[in-house]
Amino acid sequence: MAVSSLLLISCDQKTSLSGAGATFPLPYYNMVFKTFSENAGIDVSYGGIGSGGGIRSLRDEVVDFAGSDAYLSDREMSEMNATIHVPTCLGAVVLSYNLPGISSLNLTGDIIAGIYLGSISRWNDPAIKTINPGLELPDRAITPVYRSDGSGTTYVFSDYMTKVSADWEKSLGTGKSLNFAQGIAAKGNPGVAGTISQTEGAIGYIGSEYAFALNSPIAYLQNAAGEFVLPSSLSISAAAQEEIADDTRSMITNSRVKGSYPISCFTWIIVYKDQAYANRSEAQARATLSLLNFMLSPTAQAQTTTVHYAPLSDEVIAKARKALSEIQYNGKPL
Amino acid sequence: MSDKIFRSLLLVSALILLLIFAGMFFSLSKGAIPAFKEFGFLGFIFSSEWNSSTGAEQYGALAFISGTLLTSLLALAFCLPFSLPVSFFVGEYYRGKKVAGVLGGIVDLLAGIPSIVYGLWGFYALRPLIQSLGLSEQGFGMLTSSLVLAIMIIPYASSLSAEFIRMVPQELKEGAYSLGATRAEVIRNIILPNSFSGIFSAYILALGRAIGETMAVTMLIGNTNRIPHGLMDTGNTMASIIANQFGEADGLKLSSLIAIGLLLFLITAIVNFLGRLMIKRYSI
Repeated sequence: MAVSSLLLISCDQKTSLSGAGATFPLPYYNMVFKTFSENAGIDVSYGGIGSGGGIRSLRDEVVDFAGSDAYLSDREMSEMNATIHVPTCLGAVVLSYNLPGISSLNLTGDIIAGIYLGSISRWNDPAIKTINPGLELPDRAITPVYRSDGSGTTYVFSDYMTKVSADWEKSLGTGKSLNFAQGIAAKGNPGVAGTISQTEGAIGYIGSEYAFALNSPIAYLQNAAGEFVLPSSLSISAAAQEEIADDTRSMITNSRVKGSYPISCFTWIIVYKDQAYANRSEAQARATLSLLNFMLSPTAQAQTTTVHYAPLSDEVIAKARKALSEIQYNGKPL
Repeated sequence: MSDKIFRSLLLVSALILLLIFAGMFFSLSKGAIPAFKEFGFLGFIFSSEWNSSTGAEQYGALAFISGTLLTSLLALAFCLPFSLPVSFFVGEYYRGKKVAGVLGGIVDLLAGIPSIVYGLWGFYALRPLIQSLGLSEQGFGMLTSSLVLAIMIIPYASSLSAEFIRMVPQELKEGAYSLGATRAEVIRNIILPNSFSGIFSAYILALGRAIGETMAVTMLIGNTNRIPHGLMDTGNTMASIIANQFGEADGLKLSSLIAIGLLLFLITAIVNFLGRLMIKRYSI
């Protein structure tokens, strides 16, 4: 009797999942996790604490999954139990600016490097004028804005900048937080977006959805094919036609594909290959797997475009499904 | 019997408090050791490098120590011309009058406002003002943060000072008046010397509050990791760098942030100690 009532209680208990990590895909995750809980009856909570924080939480085994815009390096992977990367959608890092009266602006990687390194300090600089013929640029100081916290967004942005500018590579390089010498810093994507919208003459890099949500103007960026492109689901998808690694750990910045937006990226959910850790039940492991399967389903992928992200290609989904098939619980496949 | 129980209860709660204090100090020190080992204690304090690129990691606290000291001392200077008159107004000139109660109450209310609200006000009201005055292109920096800090610490400085001014014995003041002293003379020669140590301790308390303030400063200081060279410069304080970078940090960076926390702890302790020393010296 006592045993059966105990069983009843444990059956009755709702499974819930918790994850933490990147703020970059947060607008999409908020939406798609809600759809998942409505369909599957499993609650998912996700804390937008930054990619690094998410990975630390996974390493400390306090979450079911981590969200990250930067994949784990080989060294990081070797320091943890076996993990798998599941791409969830494609996104873009955009250059958003605040110049009253100017709603269309062309930029190149070199100019952005000049702005962040200090060699271009006013909006009417000849370099900006040359690629924006006919545009009345004000004689106003440029205030570059960057992230004060370590961030996957900074990583993706600096990965692109390092590819296109030798000066950038030499003085700043690629990383989740860089030693910027110019400008001001704000915390999180929302912080940078807010600072740009409140500061005339400011420019900064943010996850695309944050710029769209604030109606903040976004710069056209020159891609490797020489075209000036706005981020859109189409131009982001185009960037992902590059060669992708089998474990999907690939950067797709500065894509050579025509029509592609140059600062496009994957965002991943990272989970342990063996789901039996920190006293997690098998039900918990199955719930995690069903969430990941749902993220790759057409229903979830179709939702990406409503918040300005882009769906994964069939080829990438196939690679992700293959990775999911390796998930185990205590050595047994789920 | 009940007295014995009460006494041991008091002892236990006092001991628990001491234990918590020691535990905090211990865990901060333990977390900070890797950073001090890597850069040396003095090397860490006197280096202004803050570089978290993999392979070239280099951390130092000087930029943040200078940011903290600059903003909090400026805030103290800015708050003085407001808090001192308020404390004389409430504690002496209009003592016991309705208007003093209302003013004192409103100033005390300032202390109850959450710091995020000060941050918002600074961001949306004070910053545009500084921009429109042409003081700075983007409005963030030392001056903006210090001004907001100054308003935040006024109630700490003024209400405690008013209390000490009120405590000056009535007989002393009456004696002075009976000898023909004017109000100004009474304040200068009777009230100030008698309450100086108390007023001083009130300002030390206010300084301590300014040193530790995090949220409002993080929103207004610009969050750049460099030593400020002027009022318009952006920077970071010890509290704001921790708030900014704690979430993503691990390894040596996390240890360096904890080390900054430990230094903040020590600086507050030193300020309080100096305050006590001064009080002892000047009290009569």
